[in-house]
Amino acid sequence: MTRTPRFRILGSAWVVARRDFVAVTLSKTFVFFLLGPLFMILVSGLAGGIGAQVRQGMDRPQLGVALPAGEIAPLFAAHEAMQDQLAGPVPELVVLARLAPGESFDAKAALGENRPRLAAVFTGTLATPRLTGTEERVGQWQGMVATLSAAAREGVDTPAVAPATEIVANSAAKLERGRLATAQAGQMVLFLLTMLLAGMVLSNLVEEKGNKIIEVLAAAIPLDALFLGKLFAMLAVSLVGIAVWFSVGAAVVMAGGSALPVLPVPAVGWPLFLALGLVYFAMAYLLLGSLFLSIGSMAATVREVQTMSMPVTMLQLLVFFFASYTVAQPGSTMELLAVAVPFSSPFAMLARAAQSAALWPHLAALAWQALCVFAIIRIGSTVFRRSVMKSGSSRGRAAKRHWLARGKAEKRRWFGRSTLVIDTRAGLAG
Amino acid sequence: MMKHELGPTAGGGNTTDGKNGGASLAIEARGLVKRFDGFTAVDGIDLEVPRGSIFGVLGPNGAGKTTTLRMLLGIIDPDEGLRRTLGHERPHEIAHLIGYLPEERGLYPSMKAFEAIAFLGHLRGVPLKEGRKRARAMLEEYGLDYAATRQIRQLSKGMAQTVQLLGTLIHEPELVVLDEPFSGLDALNQGKLEGMIRALAARGTTVIFSTHVIAHAERLCERIAIIAGGKVPFTGLVSEARDRLPQQVRVELARDDGTWRAALPGDARQDGRFWHFSLPPGGVEPLLRALIEGEAGILSLSIERPGLHDAFVAIAGEAAARALADEKEAIK
Repeated sequence: MTRTPRFRILGSAWVVARRDFVAVTLSKTFVFFLLGPLFMILVSGLAGGIGAQVRQGMDRPQLGVALPAGEIAPLFAAHEAMQDQLAGPVPELVVLARLAPGESFDAKAALGENRPRLAAVFTGTLATPRLTGTEERVGQWQGMVATLSAAAREGVDTPAVAPATEIVANSAAKLERGRLATAQAGQMVLFLLTMLLAGMVLSNLVEEKGNKIIEVLAAAIPLDALFLGKLFAMLAVSLVGIAVWFSVGAAVVMAGGSALPVLPVPAVGWPLFLALGLVYFAMAYLLLGSLFLSIGSMAATVREVQTMSMPVTMLQLLVFFFASYTVAQPGSTMELLAVAVPFSSPFAMLARAAQSAALWPHLAALAWQALCVFAIIRIGSTVFRRSVMKSGSSRGRAAKRHWLARGKAEKRRWFGRSTLVIDTRAGLAG
Repeated sequence: MMKHELGPTAGGGNTTDGKNGGASLAIEARGLVKRFDGFTAVDGIDLEVPRGSIFGVLGPNGAGKTTTLRMLLGIIDPDEGLRRTLGHERPHEIAHLIGYLPEERGLYPSMKAFEAIAFLGHLRGVPLKEGRKRARAMLEEYGLDYAATRQIRQLSKGMAQTVQLLGTLIHEPELVVLDEPFSGLDALNQGKLEGMIRALAARGTTVIFSTHVIAHAERLCERIAIIAGGKVPFTGLVSEARDRLPQQVRVELARDDGTWRAALPGDARQDGRFWHFSLPPGGVEPLLRALIEGEAGILSLSIERPGLHDAFVAIAGEAAARALADEKEAIK
């Protein structure tokens, strides 16, 4: 029945992980846990959509037109035909007056009236256009007014000299800008998910310390197994949460169709980008989770946990800012540093996946991160072992060997002669 | 003092499964020391627990009982000293042969009773399916089958404690360690638990339990260790502990005073007509002669053997006093 230590640790970790995973995912609170971010997404989506609609209605400025009656129709025709070809946002035209010959119009007075969207007034004639408005508006629109006047005057729906056009799918500048946005979005999502989910492992441990179950577990299985089991159980719970949220998100995107903003395709393509995102999330989670578990093992109360985990939360923020800072500088020393530092590496590499199609850096980074995860889990489980039951030796492995050797020597010394035990067989009375 | 011989695993070797090592001893400990943040909780403890016995670890609160048990189980490592549990020097590796009920009871509140028992067995190597089967059978055996599917949070304290105890036994351990198992139980449940402990010992299981209630140890144990101030001032048979104190004489006299008073031992104290004192080294006969000659009027006489409680108070008290003196000396 005795198993090798490694198998025993893995087997015991599996027992703990399975219990924790089942207990968490089948609890009522897990439903609320899943719903929390969904509500957040839904509410922010609704608020954003409504806000955008309101802003769109409010923001589109109007250009008031007060021209001779015969010139208004050609102007509107030219506006209709050319608004997609003019640079910048083209204002909505609104007729303020159809002037009879010789009639004048007070543009300044019109701008002073209660018309919140009226930004400037076009008076005069098509041949001698006059634009009245703020300096900013006049600067923005005078070219457009001149072009529209000329087109309306000539009765054509395109500029006199139309350039020959050739359409390309993308330009380098657009690609770079787009992928930068994807990289930033990826980092942001990764940060939010780790921030939201890594703390879960902490509350799980504190709860078990409160239940006093921890000693039962510590007596039955190696503490390393307890540490690993909890860490991977919470990772699995997190992945379930992510799967649910992304499924709902995908459904929303499909329902929303083209109305929703779509991020540019990352350099490695969406499927690989998402797969890498998942792996980098797991790495970031295991690193942070190890830290949180170690902290949880040292804390006795929820208050202590909150106090002790504050520096780690700050560290998370710093790591995110650091990785975000380097996202626009691929290949720079800072970016390489962000890749090398274990806690920022997943963020930096996800940004790379959005910006560069090369795959070997990911293999190298994942190997490095896996090594760091292993080391940090080892350190974390050592702290955990020492703290959670105030147990274990502070010595290293070499010192432990020394201790065992010393123990054997002491044993020979002890057992080779009379012991300190009171010899009860000789009787104690008197 | 006599020479101590080790079992077949002497010299540091471990048996493969712990079953054959340390032939007659379930536990051996030599010079165990544990310090926490500079405080020495356990200070050089030696213990021997024979296989198949019921062994009591007695001591006042904070004496170091729980720390000692944790070291013997491998939950924590000693800073100094050696231990061998079921012939194994790394007891945690034979957790499947050990059952442990900690002082602080701990179960998952939302788990059903039979699932909790099966889970505790699963932790010690019993497959979950088999564990569930055994859990239901055990609950039925102890008359708790109606509570099998109730959540732990719905059980009374006594029931929850029984559930945890069943979880401690589900893997049929060779060694059962119970830390303060009687605390928080009413008299009926304490009686049931005593019955369970006797039944385990009858099957050949070694049972170690700690307590600060001496009556349980007196009823159940063959051997005990008294821990006080992190040391073991006594370990041995219960009868030997009782024999450490002289027998107590109680004599009822008709007269208050007389020449016979000079014959009373120095520790004699009066309580109405009764006089209490330790049995003199020369026996009671010379005193009786003096009382008769002095016409004290002997109405009754009894010679009583001290109980374990008295022995415990005396031994633990002496140890505590010594520890205090050592501490004062150290401060100086």
